[in-house]
Amino acid sequence: MSIVTVQLGQCGNQVGQELFDIICNDAQEGQRKAYRESSTERFFRETTHGDLVARAVLVDMEPKVINSSMAKAAKCGRWQYGDRSHFSQKQGSGNNWANGFCVHGPRHTEVLEDLVRREAEHCDRLAGIMPVMSVAGGTGSGVGTYVTQRLRDIYPNSFILNHLTWPYGTGEVIVQNYNSVLTLAHLYQLSDAILVHENDVVQRICSQLLNIKHASFGDVNRVIGHQLGSVLQPALTGDCHGVYSRNPLGELVSGLVCHPEYKLLSVCTVPQMASTSIAYSTFSWPGPLKHLRQMLISNTKLEEGIDWQVRPSVRPGGTERTRSRTGPGFNTSLANLLILRGKDVYSAETGGFGDPALYTSWLSPEQGFNLWKCPVPFNKYEKSATLVSNSQALLEPLDNMVAKAWNMFASRAYIHQYTKFGISEEDFLDSFTSLEQVISSYKQLC
Amino acid sequence: MTQSVVVQVGQCGNQVGCRFWDLALREHAHVNKKGVYDEALSSFFRNVDSRCVCAGFTPSKMLFFSPQAVLVDMEEGVVNEILQGPLREVFDSTQLLTDVSGSGNNWAVGHMTYGSAYREQIVDKLRRAAEHCDCLQCFFLIHSMGGGTGSGLGTRVLSLLEEEFPEVCRIVTSVFPSPEDDVITSPYNSVLALRELTEHADCVLPVENQSLVDIVNKIKHMSHGGKPASAIKRDSAIISGQGGLGGAEKPFDAMNNIVANLLLNITSSARFQGSLNMDLNEIAMNLVPFPRLHYLVPSLTPLYTLADVNVPTRRLDQMFSDAFNKDHQLIRADPKHSLYLACALMVRGNVQVSDLRRNIERLRPSLPFVSWNQEGWKTGLCSVPPVGHSHSLLALANNTCVKPTFMDLQERFTKLYRKKAYLHHYLHVEGMEHSVFSEAVTSLSSLIEEYNHLDATKRRLMPDAPRLRIAT
Repeated sequence: MSIVTVQLGQCGNQVGQELFDIICNDAQEGQRKAYRESSTERFFRETTHGDLVARAVLVDMEPKVINSSMAKAAKCGRWQYGDRSHFSQKQGSGNNWANGFCVHGPRHTEVLEDLVRREAEHCDRLAGIMPVMSVAGGTGSGVGTYVTQRLRDIYPNSFILNHLTWPYGTGEVIVQNYNSVLTLAHLYQLSDAILVHENDVVQRICSQLLNIKHASFGDVNRVIGHQLGSVLQPALTGDCHGVYSRNPLGELVSGLVCHPEYKLLSVCTVPQMASTSIAYSTFSWPGPLKHLRQMLISNTKLEEGIDWQVRPSVRPGGTERTRSRTGPGFNTSLANLLILRGKDVYSAETGGFGDPALYTSWLSPEQGFNLWKCPVPFNKYEKSATLVSNSQALLEPLDNMVAKAWNMFASRAYIHQYTKFGISEEDFLDSFTSLEQVISSYKQLC
Repeated sequence: MTQSVVVQVGQCGNQVGCRFWDLALREHAHVNKKGVYDEALSSFFRNVDSRCVCAGFTPSKMLFFSPQAVLVDMEEGVVNEILQGPLREVFDSTQLLTDVSGSGNNWAVGHMTYGSAYREQIVDKLRRAAEHCDCLQCFFLIHSMGGGTGSGLGTRVLSLLEEEFPEVCRIVTSVFPSPEDDVITSPYNSVLALRELTEHADCVLPVENQSLVDIVNKIKHMSHGGKPASAIKRDSAIISGQGGLGGAEKPFDAMNNIVANLLLNITSSARFQGSLNMDLNEIAMNLVPFPRLHYLVPSLTPLYTLADVNVPTRRLDQMFSDAFNKDHQLIRADPKHSLYLACALMVRGNVQVSDLRRNIERLRPSLPFVSWNQEGWKTGLCSVPPVGHSHSLLALANNTCVKPTFMDLQERFTKLYRKKAYLHHYLHVEGMEHSVFSEAVTSLSSLIEEYNHLDATKRRLMPDAPRLRIAT
């Protein structure tokens, strides 16, 4: 089953290109045939000449980024984008969500729907659609939200997994908090699950774990591509009985998003190290898994500076639990998905992740913990583990984002830029209300 | 790729504009070795002769590309000079509008007399320039505030642009007069023009002659400094026009080059590739929180690169620090001691996002930002550096430090107006009345008041607005 990726805006197109690159290299690397076939089927289609064409639609309101992404893909020689799978205009959205959502989206809706439909028709079976975008700008956020809305109407039975890149907390775009709030509030109603990467965290991974002193956006995008690839590449899930899962998005969504109020997913991968160090490292399961568990509990997003003091409190007996029982800084999970890739996956000890103390009291760990395995190593790491979790990990960044946006809204700064394209103050208030609800729900998880 | 049209009005506007086209040609020649008309060129030039592909590309070979410009002046001296100079082949007569007698340093003559007389012709030329553009994104207006044509006719053109092309962004580069200006009526002209700018422009980049002079002197001092190790690399000073078409350097050239560089840097991300593009409409979106407060203080760094490779190159971080230094601002202002509403950093050259972030983190604590925009940074990264430098930074700050400039203007205006000095020259012009003056003053006062209001919040710790509460 295949996934159609819709790359929206500058970030979406840059991240998408790195993602396909990593997936293609990983699959082609003299791996087992079943893995390669499954991965290729999922992300690429073959032309009559045997070339691999990504199952992707590239959308941007100005042409420079799409041109460079397509050129980069063609240059590597192993895969490329479809010649006519892109759409661009001359002038961008000006970092204005309203411009993207109310003007550009509706204006070009037919062309965009057509592009996605053509790509979907090439698939034997559609596993789902993955829009990739950022929330800070105008096109990715505004047009991306509009496109998701249309896709939800056109494909009511397909899974839609939105991949979002959250901007640096200290600002890349001044109105980024407005754009983010409007995007998230709308997507929450439309998307099946929202997978988030934060630029701040990925930047730290680059500098502290990968030893890249002057990380560029290319490096950041490669890390995102690596983490996303490790989630989406073929794996053996609970349901599949020895064959790679044919319904990855469905199983991810049903395993992690059991309640419509809780849709935010974060990703952690261990280990992450400079590519030059990989050859000199030995890999085993117990160490990384232990780290990963503690990273989850203490809400540390990378394998550095993990706080080992945070631990679940011991329950005296009975199943009741109140908030005071978990220590400060404890990250309660709703559900977790652990994906193990590499040698000796069957011997890995993952019981720690099934500990009821990690989970909220109204779900049993059997429902909350999912485990996928794949005996094929991913992206040159002999053993690697990825944790996709629906937990309070994104609560703080979300809260900060809403707080800053609210402060700005209180003085009505920049509002005239949005109202001139058709968004009213009421719409802003609605979005704030939705997100406060989400924040409140996550806060009360215990 | 979007296009922009440059409208240069008056003596100052045309001289700066002339320098701009020269430097733009030089920049594109530097990047575009093959001489083929490419996307980047199309943002400011149109291809007149599509057959021509020139090998061994130099600026003089770029004469086949016609700038998207309209040149307006009410006396012929400056435009004639352009037409006799090296840029003569570049412009054609349909882009020019001239008259003989000038505006006599009188805003009213420029705005009302010539404005009405030439209205049709101006609209016609603008429309023709716009029609050549596939996707017109922005009008750049260059003028000065102190005289008659640039100030009066220039602002009339601005309101015509708003009428005829309401969807197109209007970015105005205004040269403000220094206090020691030799035009006595410059306060009148400036205040009258300022009202138009507040009402009709999307963004204004104010530039002061005195700051430009200071910067030029600083660079000259550096290059004649005497220390052999600190010689400036050729062509790499921000004031240098070498390598362009222009012949010998004329007196105001150095200062005008700075303003030309400002325009080149603002548009660099729209013309060239980069990992984080910053388009022109994004500038207006991010830097203008309230419609009237659209005055953006520009600063350009580095001012020059050193020639001696043994001397360690000025560190990247130094470039960032300098951008907030009051000596590098293009108006006399000290942004560090006033309140920032928003700030944009446009970086060109080989700079990575991590360097940018590190410097923002480093500088943020020392810069006072308004309470609701504590992290109000808009950043852009363009991979192509300007000619002669390996990297450069343009900072645009929406900062209350423009207030002293405005207050100064207000004071000089009031001194003259109280005595009704020179007023009869203005009131004699048809269409001009006392009310025009009083409206202009009111507009200025209320603008200053808005900045005051924001400044008042500077020292106070503003409490966060109480959040919405959800019933649980």
